[in-house]
Amino acid sequence: MALIDTINPLLTTGWSKGDAGWSLKDYEARGGYAQLKRILASKMTQDEVIAEVKKSALRGRGGAGFPAGLKWSFMPKAAPEKYVVCNTDEGEPGTFKDRDLLRYDPHSTIEGMIIAAYAVGAKRGYNYIHGEIFDIYQRFEEALDQARAAGYLGERILGSDFSFDLFAHHGWGAYICGEETGLLESIEGKKGQPRYKPPFPANFGLYGRPTTINNTETFAAIPFIMGMGGEAYLNLGKPNNGGTKLFSVSGHVNRPGNYEVPMGTPFAKLLEMAGGMRGGRKLKAVIPGGSSAPVLPADVIMDCTMDYDSIAKAGSMLGSGAVIVMDETVCMVKALERLSYFYFEESCGQCTPCREGSGWLYRVVHRIEHGEGRAEDLDLLNRVTDNMMGKTICALADAAAFPVRSFIKHFKSEFEYHIEHKKCLVDPEVQRAGSGFFRASSAAGAA
Amino acid sequence: MVEIEIDGKALQVADGSTIIEAAHKLGTYIPHFCYHKKLSIAANCRMCLVQVEKAPKPMPACATIATNGMKVFTHSEQAITAQKAVMEFLLINHPLDCPICDQGGECQLQDLAVGYGESASKYEEEKRVVPDKDLGPLVSTDMTRCINCTRCIRFTAEIAGFMELGQSYRGEHAEVMPFIGKTVDTELSGNLIDLCPVGALTSKPFRFSARTWELSRRKSVSPHDGLGSNLIVQTKHDKVMRVLPLENEDINECWLTDKERFSYQGLNSAERLTKPMVKQGGAWQEVDWNVALDYVSHALRDVAKTHGGEAIGGLLSPHATLEEMYLAQKLLRGLGSENVDFRLRQTDFSADGKRKGTPWLGMKIAAISRLDRVLVVGSFLRKDHPLIAQRLRQSAKRGTQVSVLHSADDDLLIKLTARAIAAPSQLPAVMAQIVKATLQLKGVAADAALAGVTVSTEAQAIAQSLVSGNEGGSGILLGNFAQQHPQAATLQALGHQLASALGGKFGFLGEAANSVGGYVAKAVPGTVNGNAGLNAAAMLKDPRQAYVVLGAEPELDCADGAQALAALSKAAAVVVLSPFKSQAMLDYAAVLLPVSPFSETSGTFINTEGRVQSFYAAAKPLGETRPAWKVLRVLGNLLDVAGFEFNSSEDVRAEALGDTPGFVSGLDNGINAVMLNLMASTNGLERVADVPIHFADSLVRRAPALQQARDSAAPTARMNKALLAKLGVAAGDHVRVGAGGTATVTLAAELDVGVPDGVVRIAAAHADTCALGAMSAALTVEKV
Repeated sequence: MALIDTINPLLTTGWSKGDAGWSLKDYEARGGYAQLKRILASKMTQDEVIAEVKKSALRGRGGAGFPAGLKWSFMPKAAPEKYVVCNTDEGEPGTFKDRDLLRYDPHSTIEGMIIAAYAVGAKRGYNYIHGEIFDIYQRFEEALDQARAAGYLGERILGSDFSFDLFAHHGWGAYICGEETGLLESIEGKKGQPRYKPPFPANFGLYGRPTTINNTETFAAIPFIMGMGGEAYLNLGKPNNGGTKLFSVSGHVNRPGNYEVPMGTPFAKLLEMAGGMRGGRKLKAVIPGGSSAPVLPADVIMDCTMDYDSIAKAGSMLGSGAVIVMDETVCMVKALERLSYFYFEESCGQCTPCREGSGWLYRVVHRIEHGEGRAEDLDLLNRVTDNMMGKTICALADAAAFPVRSFIKHFKSEFEYHIEHKKCLVDPEVQRAGSGFFRASSAAGAA
Repeated sequence: MVEIEIDGKALQVADGSTIIEAAHKLGTYIPHFCYHKKLSIAANCRMCLVQVEKAPKPMPACATIATNGMKVFTHSEQAITAQKAVMEFLLINHPLDCPICDQGGECQLQDLAVGYGESASKYEEEKRVVPDKDLGPLVSTDMTRCINCTRCIRFTAEIAGFMELGQSYRGEHAEVMPFIGKTVDTELSGNLIDLCPVGALTSKPFRFSARTWELSRRKSVSPHDGLGSNLIVQTKHDKVMRVLPLENEDINECWLTDKERFSYQGLNSAERLTKPMVKQGGAWQEVDWNVALDYVSHALRDVAKTHGGEAIGGLLSPHATLEEMYLAQKLLRGLGSENVDFRLRQTDFSADGKRKGTPWLGMKIAAISRLDRVLVVGSFLRKDHPLIAQRLRQSAKRGTQVSVLHSADDDLLIKLTARAIAAPSQLPAVMAQIVKATLQLKGVAADAALAGVTVSTEAQAIAQSLVSGNEGGSGILLGNFAQQHPQAATLQALGHQLASALGGKFGFLGEAANSVGGYVAKAVPGTVNGNAGLNAAAMLKDPRQAYVVLGAEPELDCADGAQALAALSKAAAVVVLSPFKSQAMLDYAAVLLPVSPFSETSGTFINTEGRVQSFYAAAKPLGETRPAWKVLRVLGNLLDVAGFEFNSSEDVRAEALGDTPGFVSGLDNGINAVMLNLMASTNGLERVADVPIHFADSLVRRAPALQQARDSAAPTARMNKALLAKLGVAAGDHVRVGAGGTATVTLAAELDVGVPDGVVRIAAAHADTCALGAMSAALTVEKV
């Protein structure tokens, strides 16, 4: 089912018909492309568009939460050649919102990108869609064809002086290509490796030209912001945390899926919308913003509201809005082992601390999980993360370090138990039962 | 300028300078691996992290631009902690196999590990192992030692011009590797060894033969192309073990070509001549020096007495030192011969007597990098002058427009603005078109000689590029092929005219180490006793009774090797002074005198920019080898030639140069009253003959590792599609090539789309093609 539950839906208004409601005529029937038409007909200035987005306090939905309007305003006015790039390389474990956005309502992203291109003066745009969702890439291509045929893309859009064309580009499955400059390198046909910044993409982006790069959800929100006005959008959420946000809820809940709620909605409410805990089991921990966000224990997250500031205050990040819910059957050491393996495999390998450190972290956590932990390992892990964080070109080293630090911080006793007793605090039988993939059996427990 | 403070010391640096550059200015060392002043900034090793006031985290000094008021701390707790952390990470997967690593003792990682590493590692997991790669005969790999700094990758992409290495896979699995099944074939590949900060890339010919601390070091000068790259020659027990670049920003920067780096292997060749030899009754006998010199003096005196001095010819290698050439010409002139020449591959001598001075580069080598418009005429630039090609490659990236006029279209790995590729016979005509088009664009009337010239599109494009440059910023450079061209004087006159019209520079890319020095040493005919002597070509066309050959192998080093061989074989006495012996020499020579190669003698090369570079011997002469200047000096005494009282090579140099300035005077590329010869005369197929980089002189021909490199592949007959089709030949088929005479050679046909119509490209200076005679001879080609 495309849509389960929402509060004040904007981005997901078009999802109700599932795969039957994505095409241009459906989007137009929902009021789609009206904002583009209005902007072009009324000859709104670039500054006016940017001002509206600034007013909305729309913050980047990809993970970093940088104010979108501010980012747009960094684009040099005079540059003759500029680009707008959409980041749909949704690689963060736990995140699956951009996939559904492009699947059920690709035109909101297209319209958002056109408006962004108008605001920053770009003539050409790319949407980088990660390779594992090839059918979504194909759908986006179809949507682009529709938009082109209808005159929303191409030369002199809707009879105005504004020309813009947009292309889809699919990746081949590297997490690092979701890092914006790694993504730009990849579009350029190079190995996806982040660039040293500064210069930032607004000055030196795709092919060395000024480039605005935003997440899919950020672009998709633009038509709605232009429709209701920045102020109204902001008021949907809370100050400095404007609008609604898609949360990809996964893990031990009864109804995993995407939920659109206003910023500031209590976590408890979101959990309730997702059907509550599976099997009525006890909540143990939540990773609130994708796998690189620090984990929060149940008591902390239950007091949080879902917005950038509240989650940051609690010591984690809203990130991409991937809410990974873990119940009491989860072994935190095993969970961390899986996360650390991911970063070990996905480090691009250019910076020494990340290339070497991510493997070190994984190997030590792996050892602990497999009963070969040593007393000094937890200090070692903390020291290695200290040496990785803030010492690399991009944030992947930090992303690899955050889970390790937060898991040890909040669930130290479980790690210590593992090291001391060479086995898990959570009975393997319980773990298997909780995973939902295996039926508990006494034989398995005995083995 | 911005003002910054590093460790409390204030200084001003240019806008855009990085912290590491500023620190370098202060003499403050910041540890680093990936940073290299000649390469782009990668900022990946993270070793150079320093503390910057107000920055929340340590910043890489190599990539952080200095801003006004910035305060940098390179030794603060934050900086040192970060640097030590990086060192720990670098070492966890490094094998620490220093005792068996060739880099030991000269390893940046080893050195910095002493300063920043711990004595024991906290890493107790399994270490990474990376499969080795085959990069070819010159560079050896131990990829497990690689720290992924990517210097090597950036070198191939940025300096050598073609990305032959890349980083495959991700994260800890990342590996530096060449393209699958390919080796690194750039003519600059040896620099990878210097650039690699660890023992991942080491020298294949040198590895495991000596430790760096066992080697003695001598500064020297490359004896190969006209650049005169500065060398550090390293020896052990008087054997040259290795050659490294001596950094000289004005000449070779910090680079060396593979030829310059690995040719030393030829010094230890089994073909070294170590004892004087005399042919008696058709058999060779090793003799003492006094016997050999006696023999030589008698032989030469006899010929001079019987046939006159002019019956003796002197063929001097342009790779010989100034002192050797000076003494050789003095000796020959003392015997009454004016037949002395070092321009062995030149064919057009019509400029002799009309030159205003010694042909040279026309500017300083470093000035090439400042030209904004360049036309390279008749040059296999990348192979003939790799480091000048490298300079132009960098210039082109900065916006310099480089154009080419040539008879081959080899990829120079330089972004070209315009090019004209024409058969050799057409080169003067196309050059004339460029001159005419330039004059038209400049609004200057062309002289009558250019009246009948019709400007082609290509020539127009080149002229347009040249004219669009800054006043005085253009340079016209004539390469080896232009200098060897049968209408070289016309090309020179046109080049000079073109540069004058542009207000730019005009120069020759010196073919050999002493292409300027030969003129300075007066090793050309007609300079002393009027216009009486024979030049290199003439003294072979019109065979002499006796020849003195210094350092050359005329069958390979002369424009017409077959003719040279015939003339030498016919001569009554051929005296060869050479570090090597060859079968050909044993056939034609009467005496072989073992003389020192550059590494075993003191001497001087004057490079193509006129720079005087003297050097000392790096090793003792091998066996009974003696420096050639000493041999010639004794011969002078034995032959009673006046003015041979030299006690040192410095004495010889002083007489040849006067008081030695840094640069010689009398350099001038002007030419008086040359009749332009724009006629294209062809019958049959035209030959384009290049001198392959590893066959250009007797030393490099004997360097075994270089001889295995891709650049040393056997010569082929390269033709374009049209000609292959016309001959009914497929690429790979064998063809019989003739040059009018009875001799033919059989070569594999190769498709080369860059070869103009009606042209066959066949390398010269190679035993396989020697029989074809003149480098510019018309050819017949037929299917075998």
